[in-house]
Amino acid sequence: MAANPVLKGGLRLLNAFASSGLAERYGVEEQARELVERAARLGVDLLARGGDRGASEPSAPKRRFDLTPTESQELLRTTMRRFALEVLREAADDADVALGPPAEVLEMAGELGLVELAIPEAHGGAGEERSPVTTALLAEELGYGDMALGAALLAPVSVAHLALDHGTDDQRRDLLARLRAEPFVAASAALLEPRPLFDPRRPSTRARRLGDVYRLRGEKSLVILAERARFFLVSAKLGKETRLFVVERDRPGVSVRPEPTMGLRGAGLGRLELSDVEVPAGALLGEADGFDHQRVVDLGRLAWSALAVGQGRAVLDYVKTYCNDRVAFGEPITNRQSVAFMIADIAIELEGMRLLGWRAAARAERGDPFTREAHLCAVQSAAYAMKIGTDGVQLLGGSGYIREHPVERWYRHLRAAGVMEGGLSL
Amino acid sequence: MIDLEIPKKLRPIAELASAVAAGYFRPISRKYDRAEHTYPKELDLLQAAFAGLSNTDRLGGAGAAATAGSKDAARAPGEVVNGGNMSTVLGITELAWGDVGLLLTMPGQGLGNAAIAAVANEEQRARFGGKWAAMAITEPEAGSDSAAIRTTARLDGEHWVLNGEKIYVTCGERADLIVVWASIAPDRGRAAIKSFVVERGAPGMQLLRLDKKMGIRASDTAVIAFDDCRIPRANLLGSEEIASATKGFAGVMKTFDNTRPMVAAMAIGVARAALERLRELLAKADLAPRYGGAIHAGAHAEVELVRMEAELEAARLITLKAAWMADNRVPNSLEASMSKAKAARVGNAITLRAVELAGALGYGEDELLEKWARDSKILDIFEGTQQIQMLVVARRLLGKRSSELR
Ligand SMILES: Cc1cc2nc3c(=O)[nH]c(=O)nc-3n(C[C@H](O)[C@H](O)[C@H](O)COP(=O)(O)OP(=O)(O)OC[C@H]3O[C@@H](n4cnc5c(N)ncnc54)[C@H](O)[C@@H]3O)c2cc1C
Repeated sequence: MAANPVLKGGLRLLNAFASSGLAERYGVEEQARELVERAARLGVDLLARGGDRGASEPSAPKRRFDLTPTESQELLRTTMRRFALEVLREAADDADVALGPPAEVLEMAGELGLVELAIPEAHGGAGEERSPVTTALLAEELGYGDMALGAALLAPVSVAHLALDHGTDDQRRDLLARLRAEPFVAASAALLEPRPLFDPRRPSTRARRLGDVYRLRGEKSLVILAERARFFLVSAKLGKETRLFVVERDRPGVSVRPEPTMGLRGAGLGRLELSDVEVPAGALLGEADGFDHQRVVDLGRLAWSALAVGQGRAVLDYVKTYCNDRVAFGEPITNRQSVAFMIADIAIELEGMRLLGWRAAARAERGDPFTREAHLCAVQSAAYAMKIGTDGVQLLGGSGYIREHPVERWYRHLRAAGVMEGGLSL
Repeated sequence: MIDLEIPKKLRPIAELASAVAAGYFRPISRKYDRAEHTYPKELDLLQAAFAGLSNTDRLGGAGAAATAGSKDAARAPGEVVNGGNMSTVLGITELAWGDVGLLLTMPGQGLGNAAIAAVANEEQRARFGGKWAAMAITEPEAGSDSAAIRTTARLDGEHWVLNGEKIYVTCGERADLIVVWASIAPDRGRAAIKSFVVERGAPGMQLLRLDKKMGIRASDTAVIAFDDCRIPRANLLGSEEIASATKGFAGVMKTFDNTRPMVAAMAIGVARAALERLRELLAKADLAPRYGGAIHAGAHAEVELVRMEAELEAARLITLKAAWMADNRVPNSLEASMSKAKAARVGNAITLRAVELAGALGYGEDELLEKWARDSKILDIFEGTQQIQMLVVARRLLGKRSSELR
């Protein structure tokens, strides 16, 4: 019996974590070992039962309302939570200052197999079927660490997803091979343009077919890892359609410059300018027709929302501890309703955002239409991610405004909800 | 495996409830809004039609969910269940879409039924089964602070003797039974608070008056006095022991874990009604919600429609989660309160905003929008106000006792 690929991936991740020296460095060897043991036991269990139930249900499983992650998803979640806390949380401030992630964080993520896991076994990776739900869980954990670094790590994962979802066989093979060539290969999708009320379905960037090549002209904004990326997937209007094009960083006419922002600075955001860039005909992602650009938009929204849910959860955890410890007027400030209720509201709205995202992701995974659900998720996340960010700072008072506390950074990150489009894909 | 769609097997019950709501409730909705205190006799026929259904197939009365928890013969270990709590939430949502007031006065489906189902023993279940039970906790001097009630119950031989006054008793005039909260030892605090089943017509029980209300006028709201009211000793629900302060009271409070998601479901139903109607009215002005494009672009009313839809969907999913947890025996006090807090405030906000956006049409009685905006307000008050839900949520999140976070 073949081992469940996700489980295998999860084990791989754990092993990598345990052996990378990260565990040692952060003094958590003991916990790491326990995790690996737990995973191994789980593996034996699952194999004895014929694999992961969630993954190997009969072809037309009875659908139920269910909020239980599969065991392998749970394992992934636990591992990534640890990585988020011990690596991303620690590196976040430096990345914020440096306007980009430290190379070693990217390498660690590569060693953990983030991209590998995104690629199903059938396509040479270590992952299971393409699963937006699993990615939602992953993104939430990364966001729990730091939304900016989470976005940076998800960028090539998202490119892999886009290649898998939309690429021709050749493109899939080629793009996935490139993403796997080194531990961490930076690549990024670019949809957003610098305009208010930008509609990702109607970019100003244009592509024209000229014999054997396409010529692209336009400008993309807040592109993740812009300066490091080897290549981009750029959205452009081609006739009446909106399509993605593979654009190499070193093509003549491609220029990139840093685009410093309020938050998400650790994601290495940049402006991408395309002045009459010529790309070969094969750079058009997907077949001549039948390209589902809306799916690109929708899965992008869900990825951003999942990251924001994770970051919001970080706020919730932080203010719970801080406010319970903080004493004013002779008692913990959480004894006051206006403080306690603000925290309760964070928890309630976070739950709403998370469930909206899960529902849309599960629909995407099952092949149900999910544009409306993704839209609702984006709308809710735009409203409440920011509210959580601003309340998080408020709850710390003056300290919330001082950079020593991460809520200052999270406030700036969370304003990205409702701003970012594309760049990621669940 | 994560999936948030309603399973096929629960669809028939929701469809049935939806048919009742559209075909039965809506046509008489305005009539009983105007004829306050007149019993909607049409409901008797409805009750007869559904009398044969088993508890879990009920249309969403309070009785259904609480008993669902005690039945699990068909359940394999480790298997995820979508059961009575979820079907109740779905049924209630549909019926509330029809009319919240009528739903609240459906015979046999009172809040007291939920309490009986949750704590009654076998003998009591047999004796009170099939009867319609109201719930009387609130008093003139004790509402949110339900531990402060003053009604007393004194044991006299094989009878309890009740004294006190209850207000705002939903179905207080119409129900067969009233579940009354009273203290058996006023000096012993909340641990001594017990619930008692009083049958209508019990000696010493008197209906003082019916209140006139802003909304849910089809539902009667009674003031009831107990003056040396004698009931059989066996009508006490639960144990006669005065347990530790937390344990006994926690028992009676447990009912709320089941009923709060139901009230949340009502809010979701009435808000959906308002949102759907608003959308129809705006469509005549060529305004429609649009999905997939820029989330901030479009006419203000269009963006508002989508924003309200997102809020409603968030509330709906949190409520389903609370019901799903109950079905699967996962303690859900936190989520039950979250669902009510979120759904009730969203429900009220949406119905009020719908009136505003529909303009004069929304404010006038030709449409039901103004009625829904009146009906929805109660849902943020009874079964624990917004603030009380927030207290529950905050205390749980922060690990606070009620003496610390008051
Ligand atoms: C139509 C209707 C039907 C009803 N049906 C029933 C029924 O069937 N059975 C029954 O027993 N009761 C019923 N009630 C009563 C209802 O449950 C109470 O009205 C409700 O619990 C609030 O109590 P109160 O009215 O005493 O308000 P109060 O407790 O006086 O509250 C007033 C305000 O203060 C706030 N408040 C109170 N305590 C706190 C606190 N600690 N922190 C912050 N804010 C606080 C409340 O949220 C509220 O906003 C019904 C009421 C109505 C109007």
